[in-house]
Amino acid sequence: MSNSERPNQLLRNLNAKVASIPMILTALVVFVGGTAWTVLYSFTNSKLLPRLNFVGLDQYYRLWATPRWLVSIENLLIYGVISLVFSLVIGFILAALLDQKIRFEDTFRTIFLYPFALSFIVTGLVWQWLLNPDFGVQRVVRDLGWTSFSFDPLYNSSIVIYGISIAALWQGTGLIMCLMLAGLRGIDEDIWKAARVDGIPMWKTYLFIVIPMMRPVFITTLVIIAAGIVKVYDLVVAQTSGGPGIASEVPAKYVYDYMFFAQNLGQGFAASTMMLLSVVIVIVPWAYLEFGGKKHG
Amino acid sequence: MAEVAASMSGDALRREAVSRDALGPSGTKPRHVLSRRNILLYGTLIVVALYYLLPLYVMIVTSLKGMPEIRLGNIFSPPLEITFEPWVKAWASACTGLNCDGLSRGFWNSVRITVPSVLLSIAIASVNGYALANWRFKGADTFFIILIVGAFIPYQVMIYPIVIILREIGIYGTLTGLVIVHSIFGMPILTLLFRNYFTSMPEELFRAARVDGAGFWGIYLRIMLPMSMPIFVVAVILQVTGIWNDFLFGVVYTRPDTYPMTVQLNNIVNSVQGVKEYNVNMAATILTGLVPLIVYFVSGKLFVRGIAAGAVKG
Repeated sequence: MSNSERPNQLLRNLNAKVASIPMILTALVVFVGGTAWTVLYSFTNSKLLPRLNFVGLDQYYRLWATPRWLVSIENLLIYGVISLVFSLVIGFILAALLDQKIRFEDTFRTIFLYPFALSFIVTGLVWQWLLNPDFGVQRVVRDLGWTSFSFDPLYNSSIVIYGISIAALWQGTGLIMCLMLAGLRGIDEDIWKAARVDGIPMWKTYLFIVIPMMRPVFITTLVIIAAGIVKVYDLVVAQTSGGPGIASEVPAKYVYDYMFFAQNLGQGFAASTMMLLSVVIVIVPWAYLEFGGKKHG
Repeated sequence: MAEVAASMSGDALRREAVSRDALGPSGTKPRHVLSRRNILLYGTLIVVALYYLLPLYVMIVTSLKGMPEIRLGNIFSPPLEITFEPWVKAWASACTGLNCDGLSRGFWNSVRITVPSVLLSIAIASVNGYALANWRFKGADTFFIILIVGAFIPYQVMIYPIVIILREIGIYGTLTGLVIVHSIFGMPILTLLFRNYFTSMPEELFRAARVDGAGFWGIYLRIMLPMSMPIFVVAVILQVTGIWNDFLFGVVYTRPDTYPMTVQLNNIVNSVQGVKEYNVNMAATILTGLVPLIVYFVSGKLFVRGIAAGAVKG
């Protein structure tokens, strides 16, 4: 293309540039600028107001010496492993069941997916009620005659994160099922026919042929789940408010509380930078695998 | 769907003919329906479906019971005496800290947040996606890539700088500020959605309009917009549910009297003062979940398309 006759490069295609101003501002000011700003101020001792008073890595040392942060990280890891494993396994099994040319497929899919339409706040409050030891599942089982039955995850600090995971799985597996179902529908029918002709049992076909073929779907799903795990916040706020004590704290809540309640901005910035770091560790290898080879056009 | 029904009725006819020939039940049909595989398959699906429906059921029955009945009975039993008082109280007079005018305030706040946010974010993203698809300029793709990568940055990293920006402009704590925040964070996924859709439209259409002398906005308004209604519907579904369900931005960027419904709901249910009224809490919870649930059940397959696209947003 020769642009030699165009006198003003900047005014070329002006409308499109005007239309892209919000995107350019968002990308540069909020995403790049905001992130750089937070990372920069995480090296300061800002308290109530952000101040450029650099203290090196002090905030990070303090962060990793704070019990509440360590509990948050531990919870995030447990919650993350449970979310990953169970939503992948349950989501895939449900998708495989729905893929058996069954009747009422739409009804079942609608039922499995509806919790995903609900907010984490609603999800957390419903499960807070269901897991209430005085009125919920524990009471019902005890009333049936098993008086020593104990199931009170939200009031027991050693298992509270599992109680939150139950709610999260209820809310989120429908989505994973949908993604998996789309992946299964993309598998060529001939693969199934060939496997049947060869007399390979169905579970073996799934395990050794179909799942390896669905690798891209699994990777995308994995990234989606992982991105959601780091963000977990509202669910904890609604279901336990971080309690009992600090037993169900998560990093996102740590950041919010330090920025807006404890008025210790530096800590909040350091913690959020750690969250960013964890996302980078997940996203960069994925982006490299996904887009590294080919240039898009 | 119709095909399946047709083949099924064909099967039934054939079976009927066979049984009439044999003058007795053929025996193949029951075995076919109640095979071990089918029992296992449908049994599992039904049990899982019941598990998924249980919380919704418990929410509804709890909200229809009186408090004495809740204290006595178990949460799964249907209400002996149906009362709508909890619903009325949740809507009109439940207390959140300072004021006692119920969830209605939060509902209207959420409406006043969601409607302009949905319109603004879709307007920005659709025009932007159109520019990226049909009017590419140098550097556009770089900004687009930054935008998409930015979608993965945890919101916590960017909340505070945005507080400062909004405070500088003078709209921190107002609904306008929150609308802008929603438009910013909706931008990556919506722009991607629209860009991909417009890219997939036939290039000839755009060229023909260009030859006829239509400009940037003319082509957008007269050709692209009318031809891409499905994707606009998907975007609306995505944004309505996403923005309605938001909690973090609501709690950071608004003040107590402009809190959206989710924040107010959490304040009502998790308030430490007073006696816990579980029936009111559950009525309030259903009320808050009602808008996205209606969107979900009405939109059906389009919702699935929307979330498949929006899943990246997490």
